[in-house]
Amino acid sequence: MLDTLLLSRIQFATNISFHILFPTISIALAWFLVFFKVRYVQTKQPVWLRAYRFWVKIFALTFALGVVSGITMSFQFGTNWPGFMERIGNIAGPLLGYEVLTAFFMEATFLGIMLFGMKRVSPAVHTFSTVVVAIGTTISAFWILSLNSWMQTPVGYEIIDGVFYPKDWFAIIFNPSFGYRLSHMLLASGITASFLIAGISAYRLLKNDHKHAPKLTLKVALTVAMVLTPLQAFVGDLHGLNTFEHQPQKVAAMEGVWETEKGAPLLLFAVPDEANRKNHFELAIPNLASLILTHELDGEIKGLNEFKNAHPPVKPVFYGFRVMVGLGLFMIFVAALARVTLWKHKVLPVWQLKLLVVMTFSGWIATLAGWYVTEIGRQPYMVQGLVRIDELVTQVPSEHVLYTLIGYISVYAILLAAYIKTLFYTADKAVEVEEYELNPPMRGEQYA
Amino acid sequence: MLSSEFLAVFYGALMALAIIVYAVLDGYDLGVGILLPFKNKQQADTMISSIGPFWDANETWLVLAVGLALIAFPLAHSVILQALYLPVALMLLGLILRGVAFDFRAKAKTKYQDTWDFSFKIGSILTAFSQGFMLGLYVMSFEKSVESYGFAILSGFGVVAAYALIGSAWLIMKTTGQLQRKAVNWCKKTNIIAACGVIAVSAVNPLINDFVAAKWFDLNESLILLPIPVLCMILFVIQNTLLSSFDDAEDILKSWRPFAIATSIFLLCFSGLLHSFYPYVVPNQLTIYESLADPSALTFMLYGVIVVVPAIIGYTLFSYRVFWGKTQALSYY
Repeated sequence: MLDTLLLSRIQFATNISFHILFPTISIALAWFLVFFKVRYVQTKQPVWLRAYRFWVKIFALTFALGVVSGITMSFQFGTNWPGFMERIGNIAGPLLGYEVLTAFFMEATFLGIMLFGMKRVSPAVHTFSTVVVAIGTTISAFWILSLNSWMQTPVGYEIIDGVFYPKDWFAIIFNPSFGYRLSHMLLASGITASFLIAGISAYRLLKNDHKHAPKLTLKVALTVAMVLTPLQAFVGDLHGLNTFEHQPQKVAAMEGVWETEKGAPLLLFAVPDEANRKNHFELAIPNLASLILTHELDGEIKGLNEFKNAHPPVKPVFYGFRVMVGLGLFMIFVAALARVTLWKHKVLPVWQLKLLVVMTFSGWIATLAGWYVTEIGRQPYMVQGLVRIDELVTQVPSEHVLYTLIGYISVYAILLAAYIKTLFYTADKAVEVEEYELNPPMRGEQYA
Repeated sequence: MLSSEFLAVFYGALMALAIIVYAVLDGYDLGVGILLPFKNKQQADTMISSIGPFWDANETWLVLAVGLALIAFPLAHSVILQALYLPVALMLLGLILRGVAFDFRAKAKTKYQDTWDFSFKIGSILTAFSQGFMLGLYVMSFEKSVESYGFAILSGFGVVAAYALIGSAWLIMKTTGQLQRKAVNWCKKTNIIAACGVIAVSAVNPLINDFVAAKWFDLNESLILLPIPVLCMILFVIQNTLLSSFDDAEDILKSWRPFAIATSIFLLCFSGLLHSFYPYVVPNQLTIYESLADPSALTFMLYGVIVVVPAIIGYTLFSYRVFWGKTQALSYY
């Protein structure tokens, strides 16, 4: 039956999956806004301000969804995973605390000025607020990924009676996988935001929006996407090597390797079968996995059988990895194709615009797939190799967790639908609006 | 590394600060949500504009308070949150609803706007009620009895009234004309309800809690404690007199008084509670000293706190200065 542990895990997975969608957009979208604002200040061309004002609305909505789902997460540590804080609170606590202190307040306060203060503060203060919000979102990512990376590659601690104590904060914060994970996440955010901007801009163009702003934002977004997507492949590869070094059982699940072998093939496709500990329907390229991970054709990759009872469930990690990489490669292709077409012909053919609209939320899918690979890949541990997840769960009755789970899922489903609908609705409204209505407001100007 | 006695008091005080700042700041914006009218769109817009630049930062104080409990008093944190599992979930749903409804209503000016307004109001009421409910259970030491839940429900209504009080006082300060007159009426009504609430809690608290009773009826302690309800009552009376003779105040400097009085009442009630329960963080179970986390981790965080908290207070004041004055129409720039 559904027990508290399983329900708590489903609930936490639901919450974190919903939550991650919004920071993934807002971290990079904040920097896009900085770019639009700074270009406006430099060039004084109103089109930059129009781009800013369209996207700042979407930013506000995205940010709000991120905030409310984030608050939920901070409570769930206590309600569902009390053992988490009792065991590793001395390490996780200060990292989370620093996030609240150095990022949350700053973002939230300056967001108010950024959204509603343009007529009340000088242009310089307004631009400054925009920059502060962007820095705040990035600092948030810094602390959260530091903690998450530490749980994957724990160092700098000592354990006394099962409780973790910090020994070296520098080592804890800058743990061995932190740099890879942070760059991978920031790039994922950049790519997600640029595909979102490209998709919505393409949607406006398809709706015969002849204004300059959507053309401009499409160009900016595609340029960023063209640069970041191959860079992400490169960083992702480095991250994979780091994981191979520190979490070989995760890589074995990603690659679908059961027996330790030299010269392991790269599986393009397969159906892993955990009960019989083998794969069906393998489509493989010989030796390639070894070459990628060890830079030798017959390098050794440890198989899952070496980690019996202590390796992650194979299927979600294996498939998640293929979704992420496959989609990532396709995004490299689409970004390059559209950017080059734009460069050559100044406009995109309708089929490419439609393709970009379809791919508006492709960054979300790739990011979620990547998170599943890395988080499910850490199972059955909460802290890799040290603390198992079933040691930490709450004593709350399982019905209570079930009720709240149903509550969260219903609310999240409605909100997600409303969010996507509102994005396109906002785009529809922008299509209708005449440009003269979007002249920059003057300082001290009154609105009716 | 600092001594654990110092750290326990320091983080206890910081947590108390976060809670009271949260109750005042998110209190007024939740109050505005509780009072939101359905029939008058224009007034609803102005009310929501008045809290637009602030609600997000206000809510962050809750994250800080919970975060500090989690970091500094992890044992207490897990005892409290597990005991309050369902009301916490209810409060979170409320916070989610109102937080997003706020942004959705501004962007979806369609048939859905009424739904979002409704969600905003319901979300605000739900949040306030569950906070009050939790406070009630906390005061009752998480006892599982009919009386305890009865008291918690009463306390839930009390907090809804208290937030409506400070929310209407905020509106008196930030609005003019018809809406301001409406806010004066709301404020008068909720002032009386909140006064009854304070009397009820003050009467029940020592009756049900031996530890509190011992403090209240100890001569030295009562010299500090007794003036609190007395002062509170005086403030309620002053508030009532002030509101009865209130005429239109365009000037923000003239219309800030009800908010200042409401804030003082909040401060007094909170310091009364704080003094009654100190040094317990879980009533009758855990003191701040017993549940303190590892001193070296807390020392590491302390440096950040010392540098950052003044900065937070500084830019919060800056933001209130930027948006000082009567509320203008809501527009995103």
